[in-house]
Amino acid sequence: MQYILLIYENEAATKSRSADESRKIFGEYMAFTAAVKQSGHMRAGEPLEPTSTATTVRIKEGKTIRTDGPFAETREQLGGYYVIEAKDLDEAVGLAARLPAAKTGSIEVRPVMKMPM
Amino acid sequence: MLGGDFALAEEVVQEAFEAALVQWPAHGAPEYPRAWLLQTAQHKAIDRLRRLRRFESPLDDDALATLAGDSEPSEQDDYLRLIFTCCHPALALEAQVALTLRTLCGLTTDEIARAFLVEPTTMAQRLVRAKNKIKVAKIPYVVPERADLDERLDAVLAVVYLVFSEGYAATSGDAWVRRDLSSEAIRLGRLLERLLPERSEPVALVALMLLHDSRRDARSDARGDLILLEDQDRSRWDQAQISEGCERVERALRAGGPTPYALQAAIAALHARAASAADTDFAQIVLLYRELLKRAPSAVVALNHAAAVAMAEGAERGLSLLRELEGSEELAAYQPFFATRAELLRRLGRLTEALPDYRRGLELAKNGAEQRFMAQRLAELERQLSG
Repeated sequence: MQYILLIYENEAATKSRSADESRKIFGEYMAFTAAVKQSGHMRAGEPLEPTSTATTVRIKEGKTIRTDGPFAETREQLGGYYVIEAKDLDEAVGLAARLPAAKTGSIEVRPVMKMPM
Repeated sequence: MLGGDFALAEEVVQEAFEAALVQWPAHGAPEYPRAWLLQTAQHKAIDRLRRLRRFESPLDDDALATLAGDSEPSEQDDYLRLIFTCCHPALALEAQVALTLRTLCGLTTDEIARAFLVEPTTMAQRLVRAKNKIKVAKIPYVVPERADLDERLDAVLAVVYLVFSEGYAATSGDAWVRRDLSSEAIRLGRLLERLLPERSEPVALVALMLLHDSRRDARSDARGDLILLEDQDRSRWDQAQISEGCERVERALRAGGPTPYALQAAIAALHARAASAADTDFAQIVLLYRELLKRAPSAVVALNHAAAVAMAEGAERGLSLLRELEGSEELAAYQPFFATRAELLRRLGRLTEALPDYRRGLELAKNGAEQRFMAQRLAELERQLSG
């Protein structure tokens, strides 16, 4: 069963990290990715560019409205994701807990809807 | 209820008459004697039927189907899996409570709704959402691994204790279902004891619940008004339950050490074994609260510690500890904080200072009995001050 792990962190806080700290955390993500690939859990996963580069699209009265920034102002912002295969929620949560951001931010674990083929 | 089983009906009506013979001379006959008898008999019948439900109690088929799956492992295992799944941390706490009561205790959605004072539709939705989450997010139907068992068992015990506390807080004036929650919680606790014989935490929790519950017949008077611990008629305390509780306290402390539940149970045991309020070993209770503060610190525990210190070392000492808690956010709207401080000030004769605390205590009172108690104290105080 697939779950998406949505990685939320306070961007201001991550930006204020030292170069060394950032490198260290990047290394932890690399290690995690390698580990879940090895264990067969990994399906997809990428870091995202910061919310300052985001554009939000809505159609209002037939017109395409583009807004600069994320869909809403939040305390923590979406910074990346993984799609993993796990046998149940406990396993998915166990994987999410290993992400560096679990200590400093929040990981939302959401089941991916199974679409009939 | 009484119509179905004649033998049962006969017995419980008899018991109701016996109860009347004891209670009416002591408290006066009720306004509607026949209604009182009928209601008492019904309560006893319900009590009996619940106690007659054995290990294989009727579970919600729907929930079992959702949670269980296929095979037929041992019954014990089934119950454990059910309990741990109902109390899974991924579910909201109120959902855990509702699911546990529905699935393991067989309470109807209506009964649970009434017990927690919400609309039946709200409760029904809560259950549907929880079962849906279990299914869609695939919360596993398993007994947790060794490594997770401590944390997961804590969660289960918290649910059981929450159910107990809801029942305990109800007075005779409230719906009977709320009082029955305490019995359900004790029953669940005993079930956990049997299912996890190598763990001491369920033993400690059952001890705590039995000891609190042993006072059920002394905590309120005929009108449903609160009687403070120090004013209770101790001859109405359930001595058999007290023995059971005390025996468990010893066992739990020996097997598991001074865990929070064991410490709370030990404190309850000291109260339970004292022949009178004056005979209570408050010095020892203070020591136990100190231990509790070390292991499970919270503003509420600190408050209870202060109250015990007041009993052991005098109101002044208690008050100075309460002063340290004044800024606490948790206690800002916590009724017992104001009630306690008011009592201590009153005992010291500082009546004008006690007034605002009694008023706040009245404002924050959660039920009729608490309200009446505070209002009464306030009235007495105002009388003394104006007189």
